[in-house]
Amino acid sequence: MHDSSTAFSLSSLVPLIVVFPLLGVILNMLVGKRLGDPWAGIIASLMSGLAFVIAVLQFIGLFLDNFHATTITLAEWIVIGTLKIPWAFQVDTLSVTMMLLVTGVGTLIHVYAIGYMKGDERFHRFFIYLNLFIVMMLFLVGGNNYLMLFLGWEGVGLCSYLLIGFWFDKGANGVGNARAGRKAFVVNRVGDFGFVLALFLIFWTSGSLIFNDSFKYFEEKAKEHATVTAPAPAKAVEAKPAEGHGESEGPTTEQIATAITLLLLVGAAGKSAQIPLFIWLPDAMAGPTPVSALIHAATMVTAGIYMIVRSNVIFHLAPTSQMVVALVGASTAFLAGSIAMGQFDIKRVLAYSTISQLGFMIAAAGMGAYVAAMFHLLTHAFFKALLFLSSGSVIHGVEHGHHALHAHGGGGHDHHDAHAHNAQSDSHAAQASAASPDHHEFDPQDMRNMGGLRKQMNVTFWVYLIGAIALAGVFPFAGFWSKDEILADAWLIGSKQPYGVAVYVLLSVAAFFTAFYMGRQVFMVFFGGERTDAAKHAHESSWVMLTPLVILAVLSVIGGALNLPKFIPGGEALGKWIEHSVEVHAVGFNLTVALISTGVGLFGIFLSYLVYGRSPMMTMTDPLERLGFVFRFLNGKWYVDELYQAIIIRPIEGFATFAAFALDWDLWHDFFHDTIIAGGFRWFSGFLAGFVDKGIVDRFFDGLGGFVRETALNFREFQTGYVRNYALMVLFGVVAVLGYFLFVR
Amino acid sequence: MVPTSYYILLSAILFTIGVVGVLVRRNAIIVFMSVELMLNSANLAFVAFARAFQTGEAVNAAAMSGQVFVFFVMTVAAAEVAVGLALIVAIFKNKHSIDVDQVHQLKG
Amino acid sequence: MTLDIIIFLVLATIAVLAALAMLLSDNAIYSALFLILNFAVVSVFYLMLNAPFIAMVQVTVYAGAIMVLFLFVIMLLGADKLRQPQTDIPWQQPLAILLGLVLLGVAAFAIVSRGSVSVPSPLSDQMISAFGSPFELGKLLFTTYLFPFEVTSFLLLVAMIGAIVLTKEEKTKLLPRRPTKN
Repeated sequence: MHDSSTAFSLSSLVPLIVVFPLLGVILNMLVGKRLGDPWAGIIASLMSGLAFVIAVLQFIGLFLDNFHATTITLAEWIVIGTLKIPWAFQVDTLSVTMMLLVTGVGTLIHVYAIGYMKGDERFHRFFIYLNLFIVMMLFLVGGNNYLMLFLGWEGVGLCSYLLIGFWFDKGANGVGNARAGRKAFVVNRVGDFGFVLALFLIFWTSGSLIFNDSFKYFEEKAKEHATVTAPAPAKAVEAKPAEGHGESEGPTTEQIATAITLLLLVGAAGKSAQIPLFIWLPDAMAGPTPVSALIHAATMVTAGIYMIVRSNVIFHLAPTSQMVVALVGASTAFLAGSIAMGQFDIKRVLAYSTISQLGFMIAAAGMGAYVAAMFHLLTHAFFKALLFLSSGSVIHGVEHGHHALHAHGGGGHDHHDAHAHNAQSDSHAAQASAASPDHHEFDPQDMRNMGGLRKQMNVTFWVYLIGAIALAGVFPFAGFWSKDEILADAWLIGSKQPYGVAVYVLLSVAAFFTAFYMGRQVFMVFFGGERTDAAKHAHESSWVMLTPLVILAVLSVIGGALNLPKFIPGGEALGKWIEHSVEVHAVGFNLTVALISTGVGLFGIFLSYLVYGRSPMMTMTDPLERLGFVFRFLNGKWYVDELYQAIIIRPIEGFATFAAFALDWDLWHDFFHDTIIAGGFRWFSGFLAGFVDKGIVDRFFDGLGGFVRETALNFREFQTGYVRNYALMVLFGVVAVLGYFLFVR
Repeated sequence: MVPTSYYILLSAILFTIGVVGVLVRRNAIIVFMSVELMLNSANLAFVAFARAFQTGEAVNAAAMSGQVFVFFVMTVAAAEVAVGLALIVAIFKNKHSIDVDQVHQLKG
Repeated sequence: MTLDIIIFLVLATIAVLAALAMLLSDNAIYSALFLILNFAVVSVFYLMLNAPFIAMVQVTVYAGAIMVLFLFVIMLLGADKLRQPQTDIPWQQPLAILLGLVLLGVAAFAIVSRGSVSVPSPLSDQMISAFGSPFELGKLLFTTYLFPFEVTSFLLLVAMIGAIVLTKEEKTKLLPRRPTKN
């Protein structure tokens, strides 16, 4: 790695990648309201597009520069003692991968949003937030130190909050969306707490927060204790407890690394919605669909995985944590996948699906299969964004149909109204019962209200199908290759350590779930007969919204080419690419695993066909409901939210209520303030006023005044008014003076 | 020749009588006359001293000054009497009384 | 006891008694007359002190003009009838007499203890006539004391005007009023 400061290199342009979207933010803040719909959106998309161009230039630059990582420093941020943190960008293959993803998918979604948010009264504000999100996400992936990463981490958390609650006046009881935003923020906070502790430990141990410096320290520490001369962190996956003995003072490097990595896992669990902090992501569906697609599918939630991949050096020193990470990821994948099977809301299915896929990625990262994790991250971004955007298209269509039914006085007027209402239908329907008077409990996001939309929304159907198949992991679509690689890794680990077997089994069952619920969704929404009139009258969305869908569909199909197995020419492209930044080990193609995973996927689809496709749902009742308690459990999300409510929220609220009312109001305010302080003060001032002021001071001055008056009254007697008296006084004076002069002097 | 201090003593006595007259009598005109008596006694003292200072052959300016002063005092006394009596007449027109004790409205 | 002193004592007694009589008399006219007597005696004293001009002026101005004026006013106002025994300030009289006596005592003490008992130096006849002559008096009056002299003339003018103004009657509605525009 060298600092490029001599000749012009493309990497020096990297600061522009944040400048453009930032410019978009400022422009829209200043004139966005006046520009309005759609120009504010066009500007934002343009800026995002320019950022994408810069990312592509970085990509090319790395090729030209032989994949050398460079650091572009802008300025010093914090210099306190030994803590030195710069504003610097690290341009290496890993960060550029993320940059391309963020700006590429981001730009597509910006364009989509122009059409989706049409007619919204806070149109320009949406794009301010979106651009700001791009800025923060780029800081996250582009920074060369943990603090910049954390800055971006927090920044995207903020944007997520702002965007989830974008329609803050809608939702259940008028506060549902705001509550969802708050839930996301608070739960993320719990994760951030762990992350911050990890940062402290990293700095305290290695003396720096800059990636390269910190990792260098850890690598050297590993070398000291490793019995093998070559650092080969990849081998550390085979748990070598070589390091750790002999340090008489303080914890060993492995113990510290374990602590750091477990805390980092806590942070990743918050941001990437893993057990136990995944509860915010389904609620986050209250935000507009572009937000769900961009933030909660493609980019922000992947920040946790990026962070783990970036910190791979530390993870290699803590095999225990790696096991924990993998198990957490696999469990989450299993749990979320099962819940997805029991959801009726079209976006909730996708939300739980996202959590499940994130579990796959986290499991891969935990097992040290960083290439697999990044590969799946990329492909998942493609088809999950596609699915979300398409679901937005579907929801729009169904709402159109619903409004066309209940005509609001006039066709043209109705059309316009419908648009405005459509844009907000996501939030309306985020809860089971909408509070709006127009939609008397008609939820346009409920799949039971759909059906047979294949006829009305043809393009949407095809792209959705592509996305679903890709997600299910069917050969040769993108999802197959990435998911398969993860499973192969799990199989490999399983052959060496028992936890790998558990991981493999959980992930495979999760893959089965994935195929099943996607099939269920496709059959329920697009096949069969329309279950409601609204579905009958649904129609296709505009080309502004459809174009990005098509692009993403194409990517979902060919995305597998990024990292084909070795034996195929041009294979392992991504692996070779990532290898320059991260120590990777190639796992190779495992035919057995591939066959099993394909079989599992196809079995899942077949089963869903049996239940939903053969005799399509004609009523509102889901056939699975025959499972009774099991279905209810899945539909109720394993009652995790309720559990948290009982164990955590209720006690905290109870304590808060106690603290607020008993302690603060009664004790502090009423008793202490009113009685003691106010009362005491009142008594004291009464004492001062009465006894001191009236009693002593007043009496003194009254007496003084009285004395003066008495004296004056007495002296008044001198002024008798009689001239003779005055003359007498004069004579008296004369005599006195004479006497004085004669006798005294 | 009579010693000068005799004259001065007499002047003092007359002056004292005048003072007491001013203070004791309530008739405004009597009071005025007492004032004249006082002025007159002062004149007497002046002239006595003037005579005492006159020594030698030439006319002593200092001595003559005494007489000049008497001259002035008389002039002033005359003017004062004129105005004062006019005042008394004016007051009499209002109050129909020349009792000085009647004019005591300015009491404190 | 020379003759001068005897004459002096007799005259002094008359003077003092006349003054006292003026003070104590009920009748204002009697008081005035007693005062005139006093002035006459003092005039004799002036003669004894070799100041004839002053003596003449005394009689002319004081006894002749001032006291006549007094008598005119007394008779104008009917002042001889005024005498009210009750008074609001009874303590005034005793106190005044006391203070007067104190004053006298102090003055007497001062004179007797400090004053010279010496006799003024005798003068030659030429000096006697010169001392009291109007010529010498006038010479001093119109040279050294010219300014005070002029001022006294002004003073007399003022007194005259004052006396007239003070006793003038208010004249109202003397001239017919000019009709004023409203």
